[in-house]
Order: sequence, then C-alpha cells, then structure tokens
Amino acid sequence: MMKLSAGDKVLQVFIYILMLLLGFVTLYPFWNSLVISLNSGADTALGGITFWPRSPTLDNYEVVFRDSRIGQAFLISALRTVSGTLLSVLFTAVLAYGLSRHELMGRKYYMVFCVVTMYFSGGLIPTFLLLREFGMMDTFWVLIIPGMISVYNMIIFRTFFLGLPAGLAESARIDGCNHIGVLIRIILPISGPVVATLSLFTAVYHWNEWFSASIYINNPNLIPIQTLLKQILNSNIVTDQLLQAIGTNAAAQDRLSLVQTVTSKSLIMATTMVATLPIVLVYPFLQKYFVKGVLIGSIKE
Amino acid sequence: MVLPALVFIFIFSYLPMYGVLMAFQDYQLFGGFFNSPWVGTKHFAAFFSSPDFWTVMRNTIVISLLKLGIGFPAPILLALMLNEIRALLFKRIIQTVSYLPHFLSWVIVGGVVGSMLSTDNGSVNMLLLKLNLIHEPVSFLSVPEYFWGILVGTGIWKEMGFAAIVYLAAIAGIDPHLYEAAAIDGAGRFKQIQLITLPCIRPVIIIFMILAVGNILNAGFEDILILATNPVLRDVSDVIDTYVYRMGFLNNRYSYAAAAGLFKAIVSVGLLAAANRAARKMGSSLW
Repeated sequence: MMKLSAGDKVLQVFIYILMLLLGFVTLYPFWNSLVISLNSGADTALGGITFWPRSPTLDNYEVVFRDSRIGQAFLISALRTVSGTLLSVLFTAVLAYGLSRHELMGRKYYMVFCVVTMYFSGGLIPTFLLLREFGMMDTFWVLIIPGMISVYNMIIFRTFFLGLPAGLAESARIDGCNHIGVLIRIILPISGPVVATLSLFTAVYHWNEWFSASIYINNPNLIPIQTLLKQILNSNIVTDQLLQAIGTNAAAQDRLSLVQTVTSKSLIMATTMVATLPIVLVYPFLQKYFVKGVLIGSIKE
Repeated sequence: MVLPALVFIFIFSYLPMYGVLMAFQDYQLFGGFFNSPWVGTKHFAAFFSSPDFWTVMRNTIVISLLKLGIGFPAPILLALMLNEIRALLFKRIIQTVSYLPHFLSWVIVGGVVGSMLSTDNGSVNMLLLKLNLIHEPVSFLSVPEYFWGILVGTGIWKEMGFAAIVYLAAIAGIDPHLYEAAAIDGAGRFKQIQLITLPCIRPVIIIFMILAVGNILNAGFEDILILATNPVLRDVSDVIDTYVYRMGFLNNRYSYAAAAGLFKAIVSVGLLAAANRAARKMGSSLW
C-alpha cells in the first residue's frame, strides 16, 4: 500500500465522515418509521420519538393484522409476485431462446418488431381503454398479463444465450430433445445467474407496483398491498380501519386500550413496515446477483 | 415457439398504438375507437392554447433539467468516494445501505418521507426547531417553493446507490498500474481521481448521459403522484405525464389526454434521435 500524504489523509477523513452521514440519512427515515410503528401512538403524538420507542407496544401491529383487508392485500401481492415472476421469466426466456436460434427465419424482423415497443407505445389512455374493451378491468390477470413479456429482459436473456456454446443445444437436439426440452433441461439450468437476476428484478417490480392496480381494479378484494397502502396514506380510511378492527373481534377491555393508544400515524407506519419488510429481509442476500444483473443490463447498449 | 410471445407483444403494445388515433377523435365511451367522430387536431389546438400548457411544459422541463443536472452526477460522486474507502467491511455496509431505497416502492418511500417532513412531530421539523432555525413546524409538502427541491432530493436519495453500481464496476476495471505510476510521479489521491479515474470511466459516463438526455421529457410520474398529493402544489408539480393522468382518469377527457400524451411521445422520439446522433459523434471522437 502506498503512503498517504497529509492532503490524502484529510481527503480520507472527509470521505469517511460523508459516507457515515450518507448511511445515516438513508437508514434513519426507515429506522424512525420502525420505531414509531413500535411505539404507542398516543405517546408518539407527544413528540420526541427519534431513535428508540419510548413506550413500546405491539398494539399498532395488532390492529394491522386484525384488519382483514391488509391480510387479503398481502396475499394478493404475494400471489401476484410469484405467478407474475414465473410467467414473465418463462415466457420471456422462451421468446429470447427462439430469437437466439439461427434457424429461425426472419428473426431480425422479429427483433425489430420487439425493440420498437421499447421506444413507442400507445400511452396510458389507449392502453387503459384497450384493456377495458377486453373486459380485463377488475381481474387479477390484468396485473400480470399485459406486462408478461419484457423486451428489455428478453434482450438480456438473448445476449446470454447467444454466448453459450452452440454444440450444447445441438447435441441435445440430436438425442431427440425438442426445443422446449432443450430450453428447460439444458439452457435454463446453466443460465443460473441471469435467471436469478431477472427473476429478482421482476419479483421486486411486482411486489412494488401499485399504479396499475389503482387504475384497473376497483374490487377491494383484489387490491395489492402497495396500492392499499397508497389509499391509506391519502385518506382517512385508517380511522375506519381502526374502528373495523376493534369493532368486530376484540374484547371490550382490548377495545378501550387500543382506542387509547393507536393513532392514524402509528397505524400508517405499522402498515408501511408490513409492506416493506419482505424486501428488506431478502435484498442484502441477493446483492451479488443484482450487481451482476445491472452490469449485464448496461453492457448490452 | 416464439409465436405466442409475439402475439402478446402485438396485442398489448401494438394495439394501443392504434389507439393513439383517438387523439384525433371525440372518443365516446360506448362507441369505442370505431364509432367515434373524427375531429382532426381539435384536441391538440385545445392543449396548446390552454393556460395549463405553459405551466406543464415549464414544470416538465425544469424538473427534468434539475434531475439531470444534480441527479446525474450524484452517483458518479458516490462511486468515486466509495472507491477511496480502504476498509472493505465499511465500504460493503455503506453500499448495501445505499441500495436499500431502490428496492422499496415509491408508496413506501412517500410514506416515510411524508412522516419525516410532517408537522406532526416529523424528525426534520424537530431537528430544525431544536437548532432554532425555525420557530414553528413547517408543512414542507404544502409549500410550492420547496417542492422541486424535495422531489429531486428524494429521487437522488432513492436511486443514487443503485446507479453507482455501474460506475463502481467501471472504476474496478481500471488497471492499478496506472495509479502506481501516477503515485510515483507524485500525484495525490485527488490528482489521481482527476487524471486517471475520471478519464477512464468517461465512456460509461457518456453512454449514461445520452440515455438520460433521451429521457428528458420523463420528468417523473410515480414520484410526483406520490409526493404532490396537496393540490396547492399543482402549479409546480404538474408535468405532462401527470397531466395526462389527471385529465384522462379524473376528468374523463380521454381524447384530450391522449393528444397531450401523443405530443410528448413525438417530442421524446425527436430528442432520442438527436441524442443518438450526438452519441455517434462523441463515440467517434472518443476512440
């Protein structure tokens, strides 16, 4: 290691301080929200809640978990994430595999056909009206099917497939395997990193996406968690939520204590944490995949 | 076997393109695309002469330029600084933390930011009160003057760490001998960043710059919908995309909204083409 000059040392110290500050500014808002969600709402209203809960309680979460809509929305999000990711990654891989095969006639034209849609689109309103004319409003599938083929992901897949040794697929073909078999038994298993990365990105997208549900879905039983959270943030339905939760299945004693401690702010923070946690728990472990994924994605340009 | 996927693309991406024709119609809900009367450029004329036009254009351009001017260099700066850190564990932790907001939805980020800035004992107000910088809580998200700052700042805070990945990878690919040679010649870290790191990652910076320029009319959509819930902010927050959304879904003026959307699409394609040409020119001067 080279010796550092005095100027370099000053620079080092400056950077360490700045990075610590950055880490703090990034983490603190989430930490503070977590703390508020774990603190009695009535106590939070007095102010001064920063790093630790002053009057720790799980009441906020109790109300959140008692609310059947939140459980339902969580379930819809989970279903959407799993089925959306499986279908999208599979269909996109099939398309990419097809377009990576040299014997496919006119594959250049098919490529252009796909890539055009990355730059031109009908726009929000025509897409909405089309889906409505298809009668897809208020169905679960409207959240998954329109975006099932991702051209961007297809290009990443295809680039990767083109880099695989051609003999691999050929020998399987000679052994009597059809194309679907080649893709599923040979190509996908050796494409681990790409499949992992694209699945991760697709899953995060599906878990986080709230806008399409907000315009395509009215049925309260089909609302994903993020869309519900957005509705909660924008209105006073938290108060109903509170009343509903304590009105139905709580003993009189419980009701009294919940009304006294839970506020809309503490409830919003608890709901936010419920929507946040699944991703916060997994993303650090997937770091090596997405770093790789970002790089594959940026090289294709 | 590619056929089903191509049919999907045709249905969900190409059919809506046909729908842009409705910008030239008076779209009627029950008539559909085929039975609505043609009205030529009436909706475009209405959009251009509407008083909203200039507000929306100004906001779109100002917000995009702010995001480009401040949001674009931020991850480069972060990557340069992370690269100077010798303690590997510390570096990893800071990096992992810096990605975090990228993986959360705008709804969550909006809720957390709203809580931080709220007058109801939000941490920012508490801090400013303690420091005696203000004397009563400020409702940050309902003051038009602060909105652009909050919007751009939140965007940087959310995406900076993730965007830095590519630059860090580019920096990692630089030949270490270059630094050794520079150090022997007496260059300090600062000089080394200036004379080696930056020139070496210039191609990557240029590529991303071009992509960003092509995107310039996308001032934002989700972030604005989430952060600008207070109608007081409309004069500073409405951009073309949110305007299309508002006109289309909240006022049910489908054709008018489609016209505004089509206008944006046309200008965007023009900018993309211009950026691509610039790319070719810069590309040739680079090598």
